Amino acid sequence: MARVAAPLAACVTAVVLGAVGACRGDAAAKAAPGAGVGSTLRAVRARGAVKCGITQGSGFATPDDAGRWRGFDVDFCRALAVALFNDADKVQFIPYTQQQRFSGLESGEVDLLVNGTSLTSSRALHQPLHFGPVYFYDGQGFLVPRSSRATRASMLDGATICVQQGTTTELNLTDFARRNRITLKPVVMEDLRAVVSALAGGRCDAISQDGAGLATTRTMLRDPEAFRILPDRISKEPIVPVVRAGDDQWLEVVNWVFRAPVQAEEYGIDQHNVAQFLESADPSIRRFLGVEPGATDGLGLDPKWVYDVIAKCGNYRDIFERNLGAATPLRIDRGLNKLWTDGGLLYSPPFR
Amino acid sequence: MGLTVTTLWWLGHNAVASLERHGLSLGFGFLKQPANFAIGDTAWLSFSPENTVGRAILVGFLNTALISALGCVLAIALGFFVGVLRLSPNPAVGGLARAGVEVMRNTPLLLLLLLLAASLHGLPPAERALHPAPGVFLSDRGLILPEIRVSGLTVWLGAATLATVLLRRALGRLGWRVAAMAAVASVASLVVRPPVVGVARLDGFNFAGGTTLSPEFAALLAALVLHQSAHISEVVRGAIVAVPRGQRDAARALGLSRFQVLRLVTVPLALRAMVPLLATNCVSLIKNSSLAVAVGFPDVVSVLNTVGNQTGHNLETMLMMMVLYLSLSFAVAGALNRYNTALLARGAPAR
Repeated sequence: MARVAAPLAACVTAVVLGAVGACRGDAAAKAAPGAGVGSTLRAVRARGAVKCGITQGSGFATPDDAGRWRGFDVDFCRALAVALFNDADKVQFIPYTQQQRFSGLESGEVDLLVNGTSLTSSRALHQPLHFGPVYFYDGQGFLVPRSSRATRASMLDGATICVQQGTTTELNLTDFARRNRITLKPVVMEDLRAVVSALAGGRCDAISQDGAGLATTRTMLRDPEAFRILPDRISKEPIVPVVRAGDDQWLEVVNWVFRAPVQAEEYGIDQHNVAQFLESADPSIRRFLGVEPGATDGLGLDPKWVYDVIAKCGNYRDIFERNLGAATPLRIDRGLNKLWTDGGLLYSPPFR
Repeated sequence: MGLTVTTLWWLGHNAVASLERHGLSLGFGFLKQPANFAIGDTAWLSFSPENTVGRAILVGFLNTALISALGCVLAIALGFFVGVLRLSPNPAVGGLARAGVEVMRNTPLLLLLLLLAASLHGLPPAERALHPAPGVFLSDRGLILPEIRVSGLTVWLGAATLATVLLRRALGRLGWRVAAMAAVASVASLVVRPPVVGVARLDGFNFAGGTTLSPEFAALLAALVLHQSAHISEVVRGAIVAVPRGQRDAARALGLSRFQVLRLVTVPLALRAMVPLLATNCVSLIKNSSLAVAVGFPDVVSVLNTVGNQTGHNLETMLMMMVLYLSLSFAVAGALNRYNTALLARGAPAR
């Protein structure tokens, strides 16, 4: 026993001693970020592919029959690959559970996460991460059997709620219960399939997830029609792409690639008509599509990258309808994800 | 040894350096923050979201300790029973035991766990709960039993009784007397402050009052016990077979019955061979209990994962996980090793 104990104790000591060192070096460490500017883009170019961290979920990221990744998140990763390499296949998808994702990004295993991460102040401030623009507005809700006595979220007093681990779900659920002075008993599981089977088996009265997640989860049940999503949203979930802190250039690349499909929809440019717009007389459209230079020069991308992205991946509506819209099993309403001109929240800063 | 220390130092230093590069710092200040998440299953300590992160981790650790302690005892008991059955002269009994052991031993534990959890979901819903006795309900919410709340006074006196029994040697001749007094006092406290019995009743979605054995706990415990007892039964069988045949023949020749031979000769001799292996099996059961998160039981790994995700202190939670599992495993291995030493001393020839 003692022979085993010694090295393990030493290991613990080493880490603890190291921790003391870290505390001393704290002030210096805060000044350090910035050293990595440009490093991600260089690494991506050298590798010849973007590494995109995703989380499996139908409509957002699933492999099809041929093993090709498809989905809303996947299409945004592909848009980035098109912007960088003019090739929607120059991207490697690395699936994470919600729980592993930040470690995967922080360790450099992927270049960004496009996996339904919601932006919160504590994530922004306590973790060495930066967040891109909101590409999907969501909110946490509940999925219950149609036979449930609860028709509003506030009627769930005493209910057992199954949730997936490693998300803000647990926190929102607890806050909601405390705000409304009801008790909710959480059962926390690592795998979404376990959560689904617990709901189907009657172990839980409801499951709680982001609204889009619930729409996806509902299709995983054997009889989706026997379940309904309660109308209440108990949280705000602005879904953003995530990059490592310290590389501002990479953050800007991600920012503008994610904004391009939104701006394209606002201009009425879509996947099918984008070629016609190359002849447009509107100077802002000419700058946007790269016919006239200047709008996104500093990014280190091909001047025509916006044209390529829209031609290969489509505008926001194309991406949304292809993966989540009325023609898909998910049938998610655009809701908040309409353009600001249509009463939604999507608003791209100008490309100029 | 020196090399190991150097390597580990280097690893620790490396981790810290890379944390610094990312602008992260280590520290355990987050343990004092409010947890802001709820825990569904609490064994002894009550827990609510306003409590600290530290308390949440303690609750998770107690859950792990409870499932490990119960699991070890039950796995050894079942393993012993099955191990003896396997040596039965009756081929049907022996064959059946063998088949059971082979199936359990060669199935991944996670599979068994998920299967058990899924089958427990098949129990009737709370409104149609089985109701075999007053205050007892069995449904997909778990097994609900009447709750007996003992006063704090009784708990302290009971603990004092246990402590004096354990320390009786140190207390010398007074030992037994003090222990007896403490025991009498704790019984008396039951009269002064009688325990309260709470009976559950169905209220809306769930049962209110009473105490609940959750399906997650039951599934995890059953899976751990079934899996580990299969391994233990092999240890028991091997140890019994290893007892020299002559010993058994001699005992039979003295006219002892088959059961007496087992109880008086074979098992005491076999114990020496099996105790260190039982310790190993217990330790592996403790470590396997971390599969809890697959079925939703809030063990220490599950709670620490949530904490790491909420606070961003992943390295610290990982470190705590290591230290907690190490201490639990060392405690169990240490206790069984001491028992083993005592056992060997008992059998040593007098000098």
